[in-house]
Amino acid sequence: MPSFVINQKCDGCKSHDRTACMYICPNDLMVLDTEKMKAYNRAPDMCWECYNCVKICPTQAIEIRGYADFMPLGGVVQPLRSTDTIMWSVKFRDGELKRFRFKTRTIPEGSSVPDAGFESSSDDLKSPLLRTEPASNGLDELAKL
Amino acid sequence: MEITNSYETVIVRTDILILGGGMAACGAAFEAAHWAKKHNKSVTVVDKAAMDRSGAVAMGLSAINQYVGLKDGDNTLSEYVQYVKNDLMGIARDDLVANIARHVDSSVHLFEKWGLPIWKDENGKYVHEGRWQIMINGESYKTIVAEAAKKALAELGDDGQYFERIFITQPLMKDGRCIGATGFSIREKKFYVFLANSVITALGGAVHVFKPKSVGEGLGRSWYPPFNSGASTYFTLKAGAEMTCQEIRFVPVRFKDAYGPVGAWFLLFKSKATNALGEDYMETRKDELQKWLPYGAAKPTPANLRNHLMMLEVNEGKGPIYMRTDEAIQKIVDESEDPKTAKRTLKKLEAEAWEDFLDMTVSQALLWASTNVKPEETPSEISACEPYFIGSHSGGNGAWVSGPEDLSPEGYHWGYPNMTTVKGLFAAGDASGASSHKFSSGSFTEGRIAAKGAVSFAVDTNEKPDIDEAVIQQLKEDTFRPLELYNEHKDYANDPNINPNFIKPQMFMFRLQKIMDEYAGGASQAFKTSKPMLERGMHFLDFMKEDSSKLAAEDTHELMRCWENIHRMWQAESHIRTILFREETRWPGYYFRTDFPEMKEEWKVFANCKWNPEDEEWEMIKREVIDLA
Repeated sequence: MPSFVINQKCDGCKSHDRTACMYICPNDLMVLDTEKMKAYNRAPDMCWECYNCVKICPTQAIEIRGYADFMPLGGVVQPLRSTDTIMWSVKFRDGELKRFRFKTRTIPEGSSVPDAGFESSSDDLKSPLLRTEPASNGLDELAKL
Repeated sequence: MEITNSYETVIVRTDILILGGGMAACGAAFEAAHWAKKHNKSVTVVDKAAMDRSGAVAMGLSAINQYVGLKDGDNTLSEYVQYVKNDLMGIARDDLVANIARHVDSSVHLFEKWGLPIWKDENGKYVHEGRWQIMINGESYKTIVAEAAKKALAELGDDGQYFERIFITQPLMKDGRCIGATGFSIREKKFYVFLANSVITALGGAVHVFKPKSVGEGLGRSWYPPFNSGASTYFTLKAGAEMTCQEIRFVPVRFKDAYGPVGAWFLLFKSKATNALGEDYMETRKDELQKWLPYGAAKPTPANLRNHLMMLEVNEGKGPIYMRTDEAIQKIVDESEDPKTAKRTLKKLEAEAWEDFLDMTVSQALLWASTNVKPEETPSEISACEPYFIGSHSGGNGAWVSGPEDLSPEGYHWGYPNMTTVKGLFAAGDASGASSHKFSSGSFTEGRIAAKGAVSFAVDTNEKPDIDEAVIQQLKEDTFRPLELYNEHKDYANDPNINPNFIKPQMFMFRLQKIMDEYAGGASQAFKTSKPMLERGMHFLDFMKEDSSKLAAEDTHELMRCWENIHRMWQAESHIRTILFREETRWPGYYFRTDFPEMKEEWKVFANCKWNPEDEEWEMIKREVIDLA
């Protein structure tokens, strides 16, 4: 059922109305059952398996069970996201386990600067030069056709 | 009207309104904030989801597919324009493609400074997947870009606003000018009216218009995201804007079922695809390319022609088609000098291959795991997906927009950069047409271009638009009709979904998908269609248009689904009308007109269409293709 919630691990984000998975799902699929205080995926057949709910869950209560209409059971792919890397555990149907770790960012979250040190050379609204240009192009002027 | 009236009406006034939250909208926010601040204007961004993971880059990406490399003299603008034009079989706006291409490197350099890890070689140069594609560690690509966009908006203080979880339904029009949009919150009981001087639509492409190949749970595993539901096309069509390339759908060939990317395999690992007998159809069928000259001789071979050759194999029963991942990896490992290097190379390639999927299509990694596939040992099946509407990739559909004054010939320039034919309405990303191959970086860049134009329009047209109470009330009633209809009839039957008084959005979508699949050349028909088939499809689409007023929703989530499918229906109609209009086959591999199986010189034109809000009639228009490169 694409993303699913492990009952034992989900605490409903201890919230009254909104959980982390509800906040992030781009397709508005995750819902909190306020009686059980557990989140659930309301339409698994509209789930893209984008893993954003899995990545954001504070209690790691969400996993993905691959689309049953074409995936045999037994495969598990689970991420663990830290401040600047993501580690993936890939468990095969035959039991083999592989781990991969990839960088996700080069500077701390929240530390970016929009202009990134590039100067905007033109104040003219009618000029084709955009914000930070031409410095951010690495050129003295815009390239020509 | 009890339910409708229970939704509070909130009116938001702004100078520049940006609709969407994906790459193009983030680019627009970044740029608009800068120019708005200089001219004392306000900017408002309205997003269906949460910006960190909104739009087609929500999951992440493993490559940036548009980087021209101008600063190092790697390529020229003209070369990029020719590449795009050839890939689209001659149909592209050179001015728009060149405009994005001359700015796109700037965007990529900004992404890098904002913290996006871009692969570098020993000389500090970007690692290329292909000539125009560079490799990234892109799991957090969208989060990084969203952070900068939000920070840019914050520079405006109270004049920079961001609304998330608001679904945009309609354009607001006055005297032929777009003055805003309406929508509803999917979290609170609120109806929103946004009034603006200029409006940028960046509401994404369209998925689930055609029936997908997987129809169980796998319905959601579309190649492009299922939450891209045709809002851009609907918004611009409904505003009365001229649209272009509505026939140029995109049919990606991807790893079968989970739709993992093939770019890194073809370009970075130099893998081959073969039929079941191990024959490389790009070699054995190269004579077929002669029928599609001059594009058949272009390097790289246009995407639709590569599809076409593969489909010929499948039609002859020579499938399955395999990506020979094992052979590709073995070849690279064999080039190693000694066994130790070979082992290290294999390890590195394995990690790169898995990251390619884990960064952007995790399901494909899951499919490999659940079927015990190790790419270095076994090949993997590839196949054609279902058709998609995506102006940013190898499709072309979107609004017909003005090019920049300094690049555009007469006929391609009528106002501000990226303004549609409707005053005050701008388009970027999947919303603007005939400027394919912009992908993530180019869409962000086009958002920037459109935003500067939109600020310029707002400064020049310095009047605060207003709208009558009665118009707002009517739009509000239209928006919430599905909730009223459900409430009115729900007690008649004992099943909430089966009731003769209404139709639920899911079945409405399935009906649309069935019509498109069977009559408009979907996957089940091997992408073939003809005039009689299209007219038959149109006949059934007319019933759908009538039934769309009977869409019913139990809650706000389902209300969003109702509107998404109205949007999809308009995308479907403009597609059928334009395929019908163009009496030739120009993109074999995307679709085939069986009654006009050949490409014709007289059709080397844009096939545009327009829906007129006054008389509600459609108009088909031919526009000249002007070569600039």
